[in-house]
Amino acid sequence: MINKNNKLTKEQVMHIAKLANLSLNSEEISKFEKQLSDILGYIEILDELDTTKVKPTLQVTGLENIFKDDEVEKSLTQDESLSGTKNKHNGYFKVKSIF
Amino acid sequence: MTKDRQNDKGRKMTKDKMEYLPIIGIEVHVELKTKSKMFCGCSANHFGVAPNTHTCPVCLGLAGALPVPNKKAIDWCILIGLALNCEINNESKFDRKNYFYPDLPKGYQISQYDQPFCQKGRLVIARSEATKQSLKIATTRNDGSRNDIKTIGITRVHMEEDTGKLVHDKTEASLIDFNRSGVPLVEIVTEPDINSVEEAITYLKKIQQIVRYLDVSDCDMEKGSMRCEVNISLAACGKRLNRPNREKCFLNLPKYKVEVKNINSFKFVKKAIEYEIRRQTEILEAGKIPVQETRGFSEKTGRTFSQRTKEAAHDYRYFPEPDIPPFTNLKSKILDLKSQLPELPDRKMERFIKEYSLSEDNALRITTTLAMANYFEAAVNKNKSLAKQIANLIINQKVDVNKVKPEEIAKMINQQKSNIISDQNYLIKIIDVILKNNSNATADYKKGKQEAVGFLIGQVMRETKGKADAQIVRKILIEKLNY
Amino acid sequence: MLNQVKWDMNLNELSIREALKGLKEKEFSCEELVQACLARIKAVDNKIKAFITVCDKEALAEAEKADELIKSDPQIFEKKPLLGIPMAIKDNFCTKGIKTTASSKVLENYLPVYDATVVKKLKEAGAIILGKTNMDAWAHGSSTETSDFFTTRNPWDLSRLPGGSSGGSAAAVAADMTIFAIGSETAGSIRQPAAWCGVTGFKPTYGRVSRYGVIAMCSSTDSPGPITKTVEDAALILKNLAGKDKHDATSVDRKVPDFKLKDFNIKNLKIGVPQQYFLKDMDKEVIDQIKQQIQFFEKLGAKIISVNLVNPKYSVAVYTVIQRSEVSSNLARYDGIRYGQQRTSFGTEAKRRIMLGTYTLSAGYYDQYYLKAQKARTLIIKDFEQVFKKVDILVSATAPTPALELGAWEKSPMFGELMDILVEASSLAGLPGISLPCGFTKNGLPIGMQIIGPQFSEELLLKTGDFYQEVTNWYKRKPSLSS
Repeated sequence: MINKNNKLTKEQVMHIAKLANLSLNSEEISKFEKQLSDILGYIEILDELDTTKVKPTLQVTGLENIFKDDEVEKSLTQDESLSGTKNKHNGYFKVKSIF
Repeated sequence: MTKDRQNDKGRKMTKDKMEYLPIIGIEVHVELKTKSKMFCGCSANHFGVAPNTHTCPVCLGLAGALPVPNKKAIDWCILIGLALNCEINNESKFDRKNYFYPDLPKGYQISQYDQPFCQKGRLVIARSEATKQSLKIATTRNDGSRNDIKTIGITRVHMEEDTGKLVHDKTEASLIDFNRSGVPLVEIVTEPDINSVEEAITYLKKIQQIVRYLDVSDCDMEKGSMRCEVNISLAACGKRLNRPNREKCFLNLPKYKVEVKNINSFKFVKKAIEYEIRRQTEILEAGKIPVQETRGFSEKTGRTFSQRTKEAAHDYRYFPEPDIPPFTNLKSKILDLKSQLPELPDRKMERFIKEYSLSEDNALRITTTLAMANYFEAAVNKNKSLAKQIANLIINQKVDVNKVKPEEIAKMINQQKSNIISDQNYLIKIIDVILKNNSNATADYKKGKQEAVGFLIGQVMRETKGKADAQIVRKILIEKLNY
Repeated sequence: MLNQVKWDMNLNELSIREALKGLKEKEFSCEELVQACLARIKAVDNKIKAFITVCDKEALAEAEKADELIKSDPQIFEKKPLLGIPMAIKDNFCTKGIKTTASSKVLENYLPVYDATVVKKLKEAGAIILGKTNMDAWAHGSSTETSDFFTTRNPWDLSRLPGGSSGGSAAAVAADMTIFAIGSETAGSIRQPAAWCGVTGFKPTYGRVSRYGVIAMCSSTDSPGPITKTVEDAALILKNLAGKDKHDATSVDRKVPDFKLKDFNIKNLKIGVPQQYFLKDMDKEVIDQIKQQIQFFEKLGAKIISVNLVNPKYSVAVYTVIQRSEVSSNLARYDGIRYGQQRTSFGTEAKRRIMLGTYTLSAGYYDQYYLKAQKARTLIIKDFEQVFKKVDILVSATAPTPALELGAWEKSPMFGELMDILVEASSLAGLPGISLPCGFTKNGLPIGMQIIGPQFSEELLLKTGDFYQEVTNWYKRKPSLSS
């Protein structure tokens, strides 16, 4: 059952932003507080549908058991692999230290 | 810390001593040695390869790329599950495990959540003495099960993909190599059935042995093709020592769990578990509860350390992978895959004991690897009477198994046998000469020094270039010496 | 060599069929054809802004090659059925070496190292890339207003929007800046801009056309498809695009059969008219025009049957949850490490969708949102299955209104989904749909009619659409743009 009082709090918005690896400014946080709550309010109508005996549809094509063989194919060159960024060093991608 | 008290009769009473039983669960990750990666055609070989040379849009997480699952990897995952007596789910799927980390290119790992390929298996391991003891304390149940082996429950065996590799250089930066990204991993999870560090090591070694028997992975902890994480807590279990006739035991399941990661060898697993047992015991004896957390292990200090700061909110937001259709009718694979299972180490060992009359110890050693066991059987072939000898030769490395073909071994032994001199007349002549030339040894023997016989036998063997039948020589020598 | 007398239209105004005919009959060269398109782009795109990138040099170089082939090989059109035909490609299709941005600052300088399968196939068929078209950033919208770069204008009224998210592609076709274009639809992104721009937009069955190389939005509904001047052209493009792709595990192994468009008899057709698709707030002119077309079909011999479908307002909720959930995961790979800018460069709409989707997948909410929506999706699918037992196709308006004015997007945080209310159900069910120009408002704005069929019924939709274009002239009308 969806909570009828689906208003997101500021803390919830900040928590979601953290999970989503997004940094929001305070203006965005307040804006999203309202807007996301509005959207969740609309979505509440899902409750009106009786899905008690229904299975979820994960794949509309009806496809099953799709595989590929264990064969090696050509890879990108190191240059191609690194071509998307300037942050690289000796064939590696470079990021600010994690630790 | 027990405080001794005196009862009214002046006898010392010890306070109830708390015993703690380790409750351990282990997660093992096995890197499969398929030719290509789990979801793309890049080579899965990443050892000693120049960085970022085995990548493609898929395993690099480029915009627009899509995963297609490797059939062989899945077959091998199910094979491992079958070897661990698992139930194979008839329906299965992949799920996305969403989290952010620089070595995870898509921002999610394709893994399995609620419908793994295999579940509810078991693995039997031999118990150590220490464990047998500790369990006598921990439980008063008498279920009639064998005391020398133990069954470890396997919760699940599932399929997932590996991440890239982070390399830390001396500067402020971390370097990333995605050659390893997308390599197939099989995750094996046990129930918390392990109760000692010996059992943990035995379990790990058994898994390694089985996986190597299946030839689906090198399963090498030092090379990273076998990784493990240990979940460990201690259950309080008291025993009232001052009332020996009414032993009472109670087991309080722990309300916390500590996960230890980043352990790179069996030796360190042992150290890490031992350290954790000590650390947690101290905390519990002080009346506190250890914090539920993830800890790393330092090889330098031999200690575990808290990684609480790294612990992000573990909300992985699992949902079924929309880019990969589900799998059905998996049970139909079972017959075919079961036929691909080699005879596993335990069965093989039992059979070797029965069929070749090997000792338990020798049977255990000769079945350490499938290659050695196969070599042994090929060497024995029809010469079952030579089985014990052949086993010994191989175990004691008296024959170079890399150079000598198994068929040659029986021939070698029979040759040796036929070379053994058992002609008594011939031997007597030689023995007489040896005795004549070694009067000191004879005198020693008469004085009671039994070793003199050994010395004299040695002399005879030297003279006959090792070909004399040692038993006959000994018999004759002693007869003559006693004469 | 342009025969001015024979051609009363400029070369850029031709359809694919007409252009192929002209090339085959050597009425004009590829170079002239491409030049005509480039000239038109130069003349009007500063007002319309359909293109993010124009590849004039490359296109002319390809045209030269094409002309060579036509000269040297009389059979060349059998090997390359689209040889020399200029096309515009929505900027969420990866084009090797050509900037691909998805209209987002995050990818503002991104050069893919591979071609999307759709692009590869079209190139192999000989088509020539004129440039990449503007869209709602990440395909998040129905107006092209959320592009991080600029808003595309509707060629019929420059103060209005072209629809979205394939707004640039639809506008380019409507303004004859290209012979045809490629778009993608998650729920309405081909059909709706085609309706607002008065062109033909075809969304194939999900799985018909490979998604490999299309920047993912909603993985379980994304469908690449053609935006063209005629249904005939759409059929030709579909033939070249459809088929299983080993790089896309959700692509179906089903070739579009070779069929003759004209092999069609309206008298055998049962047309379903869903009552729920005449919405309360819909534009009255749109309702009237659609009703007229239905009557027209009836006069021509089709059987019109009133049917009931699940209220489309539920589809909006279902689609919003599923799409935003999958979006939140699909956009996780953009972390600025391997390519692109940091996540701070995401626009507001993208951030909002990621946030909602993260929430609907998060612990404690997954069941009531994502899982619930996927179950509701099953109800929608079954609903269509029931209806298609009674009728062959469904006909309704494509969009509830004609093209809206600039600024419409900001009026609701669910603007995109509400605009697509008439197309979401069919997208969720993976059904094919085609939007055709079927009239104009008093103000001269195009009105679109959509035809929806069961899965894999492309042949029937195309035949019906082509028949409709034989007996009506709406599709021939062009916007009056002063160049």
